[in-house]
Amino acid sequence: MPDAPSRAATVEFRHVTKRYDAGGGGKRALGAVNDLSLSVPAGKICVLVGPSGCGKTTSLKMVNRLIEPTSGQILIDGVDAATREVTELRRGIGYVIQQVGLFPHQTIAQNVATVPRLLGWPGPRQRERAEELLATVGLEPARYRDRFPAQLSGGERQRVGVARALAADPPIMLMDEPFGAVDPIVRERLQNEFLRLQEELAKTILFVTHDIDEAIKMGDLVAVLQVGGTLAQFGRPDEILASPASEFVARFVGADRGLKRLSLSRVSSLELRPAVTARLGEDAATARRRIVGEPIPWVLLVDADNRPIGWVSGMDVGARGPVTESMAIPMSPLLNRRTTLKDALSMLLGADVQVGIVVDRTGAVVGLLSVDMIAERMRDTAGEAQYAGAATELVRDAEDRTDDDDADGAVAPVNEAVEA
Amino acid sequence: MIRWEWIASNVDQLADATLDHVVLTAVAVGVGFVISFGLSVLIYRNRRLAGPITGTAGVLYTIPSLALFAFLVPFTGLSFLSAQIGLVSYTLLILVRNIVAGLDGVPADVREAADGMGYGRARRFLAVELPLALPLIVAGLRVATVTTIGLVMVAAVIGQGGLGQVMVRGFNFRNDTAVYTGAVLIVALAVVADLLLAGVGRLVTPWSRPRSR
Repeated sequence: MPDAPSRAATVEFRHVTKRYDAGGGGKRALGAVNDLSLSVPAGKICVLVGPSGCGKTTSLKMVNRLIEPTSGQILIDGVDAATREVTELRRGIGYVIQQVGLFPHQTIAQNVATVPRLLGWPGPRQRERAEELLATVGLEPARYRDRFPAQLSGGERQRVGVARALAADPPIMLMDEPFGAVDPIVRERLQNEFLRLQEELAKTILFVTHDIDEAIKMGDLVAVLQVGGTLAQFGRPDEILASPASEFVARFVGADRGLKRLSLSRVSSLELRPAVTARLGEDAATARRRIVGEPIPWVLLVDADNRPIGWVSGMDVGARGPVTESMAIPMSPLLNRRTTLKDALSMLLGADVQVGIVVDRTGAVVGLLSVDMIAERMRDTAGEAQYAGAATELVRDAEDRTDDDDADGAVAPVNEAVEA
Repeated sequence: MIRWEWIASNVDQLADATLDHVVLTAVAVGVGFVISFGLSVLIYRNRRLAGPITGTAGVLYTIPSLALFAFLVPFTGLSFLSAQIGLVSYTLLILVRNIVAGLDGVPADVREAADGMGYGRARRFLAVELPLALPLIVAGLRVATVTTIGLVMVAAVIGQGGLGQVMVRGFNFRNDTAVYTGAVLIVALAVVADLLLAGVGRLVTPWSRPRSR
């Protein structure tokens, strides 16, 4: 029945190998997978990350059997995927790909209702579900349902792709570089929205990317694969950043691991500073009294639902009369509890402010977050981890710098010559 | 010089000839489409058949129409069947090529998404690939139809030419009016058929219309 609670499944790879015959030459074919064993608990996002040709997409496609493993098993909730009827298996697994693959000849609503249609749901229920999902992914149903894919932007298409994958409420989602084809700003927004969605959905998700930042941001678990299809490391993102298992992993995650770790902490992990607020139309004198003794002589103007409108300087609050909207100056960036500290920091730096406003899902103010608080968190965690392979990395950094200097040095004399 | 009174007194005959022309064309394109569709599905399922099938259709296409009709007479006579054998064989190359190109043109990501969501093979073909191939299939039908309307005229040599008959009789009796009238009606028929098919094509592929945003 439609209202059955959404269920997540476990996915377990057991010694899964996929060999491709590389036509004569001794070179191992790209995309092969070598004895992959890992287990993804129900309701978690597991990111498969690695350079191109490492077999991450192959691994993903073996779950819904678009590719059949050469040997080994993939268990979904303990049942070997190979024993299930293939179309029935696939209809129970959400599938999102980079190019989206929407059906150009069907409307957006029809596209979203694809799997319900395959499952033979009655028409009205298909439509209802499609509209519900369009709203879920932030596309106004009335505006989008009757359009064709060609009439949508890349970001909108990608949302439809996610909605379509969710249509039959599958316990598992496979996502193959789902946000790879959109520009960085849209990607960031889609990532954040998806994480927010996942908080409610709690699906088991296998997510493929070649972008380590995306892997760290999206993953509850990260599997780093290397060319040849071997698993280089499998663990929580913070584990992988703190102690890379090998030279390869250390190099793959990059030299800025410290900063990257900020992207693993979310706003919710910090104790927020309470916000001094004044409700729109409230008596000014009352509001003014509230600021007295506060470190920041500003009051945050909110509407009846506690949603922020703007900052009002203590000096602008008159002795009498109501607090009005005209007193407010534009707001600081709005953050939510799921925002990573890295994003929060860059938003605050970008807006050139010290304090961000944290809001909940309804947009109501929860508290304030300052740059200082993030800096303090960085100091707390700095030096806590002794990175494996740190020495080689320092050497490499030094070399990089030398290279840069050389490059600059090579250019400079030319310029001088031209000027002379 | 055009003798209008000839046209006026032969309206019935012209109408019959036009109808014949339409029937000859429609049957030829219809039968040609069914055969071509079958051949295209064979190619779709087994790529190696593409060479032999389009090769054979290509050979048929290069036979001069007069020669083909003359060749068929000893076997099937001065009959509707002879005309159809010739006409149908000329549609095959155009239609097979376009149907195969249409099916090939289905984007790989669309196919992958269909597979990934659990379409069976037949269902994917009918519900996804075929609709997406429609624009090229319709384009093929338009070319085949217009070509066939022209070729029907040639079938007049075996007494099956529709408006071609009118023209042939015009030549024989030095009746310029009949020649011109036949020619004009054939051209008009081709234009109308083309526009009609284009309209149908637009109707069945609403998604490929220019965006209206």
